[in-house]
Amino acid sequence: MAKPAFWEAMRRQQISYWFIIAPFLLFFVFVIIPTIASIILSFTKYNVMSAPQWVGLDNYKEIVLHDIRFRKAMLNTVIYTIGVVPVGVLISVILAVAIDQKIRLKNFFKGVLFLPTVTSIVAASVMWRWLFAGEKYGLINYYIVMKLGFKPIDWLMSPVWTLPAIMIMSIWAGIGYNVILFIAGLQTIPQTVYEAAEVDGAGFWHKLLHITIPLLRPTIVFVVIMSCISSFQVFEQIYVMTGGGGSQIGGVLDCALTGVPYIFDQGFNKFDMGYASALAYILFLFILVLTFINNKFVQSKVEY
Amino acid sequence: MINIARFTQGRFSFTLFLIYAFLIIATLTMLLPYYWMILTSVKPQEELQTYPPSFSVKHPTLQPYRDLLDLIPMGRYILNSLYICAVVVLFKVFACTLAGYAFAKHRFWGRDWIFMTFLASLMIPWQVNIIPGFVIVKNLGWLNTFSGLIIPTMGWGAFGIFLSRQYIYSIPNDLIDAARIDGCNEWQIYTHVILPLIKPVMATLAIFTFIQQWNNLVWPLVVVNSSSMKTVPLALAVLSSQTSSNFGMLMAGAVVATTPVLLVFLVFQRYIIKGVAFTGLKG
Repeated sequence: MAKPAFWEAMRRQQISYWFIIAPFLLFFVFVIIPTIASIILSFTKYNVMSAPQWVGLDNYKEIVLHDIRFRKAMLNTVIYTIGVVPVGVLISVILAVAIDQKIRLKNFFKGVLFLPTVTSIVAASVMWRWLFAGEKYGLINYYIVMKLGFKPIDWLMSPVWTLPAIMIMSIWAGIGYNVILFIAGLQTIPQTVYEAAEVDGAGFWHKLLHITIPLLRPTIVFVVIMSCISSFQVFEQIYVMTGGGGSQIGGVLDCALTGVPYIFDQGFNKFDMGYASALAYILFLFILVLTFINNKFVQSKVEY
Repeated sequence: MINIARFTQGRFSFTLFLIYAFLIIATLTMLLPYYWMILTSVKPQEELQTYPPSFSVKHPTLQPYRDLLDLIPMGRYILNSLYICAVVVLFKVFACTLAGYAFAKHRFWGRDWIFMTFLASLMIPWQVNIIPGFVIVKNLGWLNTFSGLIIPTMGWGAFGIFLSRQYIYSIPNDLIDAARIDGCNEWQIYTHVILPLIKPVMATLAIFTFIQQWNNLVWPLVVVNSSSMKTVPLALAVLSSQTSSNFGMLMAGAVVATTPVLLVFLVFQRYIIKGVAFTGLKG
């Protein structure tokens, strides 16, 4: 008699289902179905115009074995991540420790550092395109590069300097968010630990190195992994700063082509939707590994 | 907190000096691109060509903004963006809290499974979804429509539901039971008991959804190619790809794209920073 009991329960609980129906249906149609459809699409050749053709593992084979642009894109993604994450995290930790002192204007500093996080990346990229303008008109060229005695760099047109320019912009854009997370982490460190150290005669630098940094480790690990995940998904600044699309996505000689812009290029410029889906799943796999590492490490608590 | 003041007993401290110096340099670095953007957007074309680049403007002008409006219908794009933001914000604030209430306080068949599915979806990176998402929207005939821009975005409510559920979970059951005994039905409990208690969550959701939607480039880029349906970031990205000399106009566009969120940020700064610290939400 399971069935009537089931329907009876359904009837009684009807109202609960009505409460979740709208977000659930939308979630199902626009998140669940696409996630599954993407797997299926990745085994097909599909150009939107004609019906998808089943090609088995061909897309994956092609990507792993022959695709030079994919290798370039993954290499750039890794370079970008290695460049942005450690520097970004280091600066953020220092800034967070500085703001967490007994200083004036705490909220002002926090607010200013956080500004880029609420600014659209498109607008930020446009600003930085201008800062990185070539020849002597660019602010960075004139006031930094040339003052240091170098020739002006054509940042966003040069195969060497495009990616570093985008990395600098991304570090600028990402710091504020990390600083806020680090300050929250710093505030979980019990005051008594510091007081005990002070009784033992520890100074500022001593406390910083032997208390603050070790006890902040879980937050640091969390932020590092989160930053890696978002670096692997970088798209907008690459899209805008390398000319804003068309066939140029990724800049001269694909010098700044990373994973997601490559997926976008295959999917929406070349309309090779099956191939793009396979690429998306391979990138997803990388991100999933990072997420699992995150869950493993962040769970581990510090011992006092 | 490391108590420097106590440690140095109010004397001049080199460490404190270093800290201020570092913070001031960081602040200036953060603000410089904004200053340069605003400055450039009011410089006449001749002054852009001067050398060395000047940190002030001799004859401020609104010409770059006029150039911008002559070239693209920015007013229309602002309205598009605001309309999309308004609908998505309203939906998230009410639908997510309503669902959050059901997940927190109701018992129904499949509740935990459905909730876990929502949570698991937080791990799905967006780039996995955009291709089938595009195909679905195309087949629905929603390319270049508000439906196509708005409705799929509403599917990403998992975080809002999660946040509301956690908050509502902490509301004492006694309060809800008391309302039930007084004859409230479930809908009235939601509107008269829950909603007044979860205003902070609603505010957080509204602010963050607004910022995310206003700034979103990817989805409009995928579903829009007509010039009348663009949103502000999309219009700015396209403008940027077509502009190689008139940087004054481009910066005017960036000012337009930045101002609304900056206003929201100035008003709700403490709220936003607290929201990030407590939930890890990103603007």
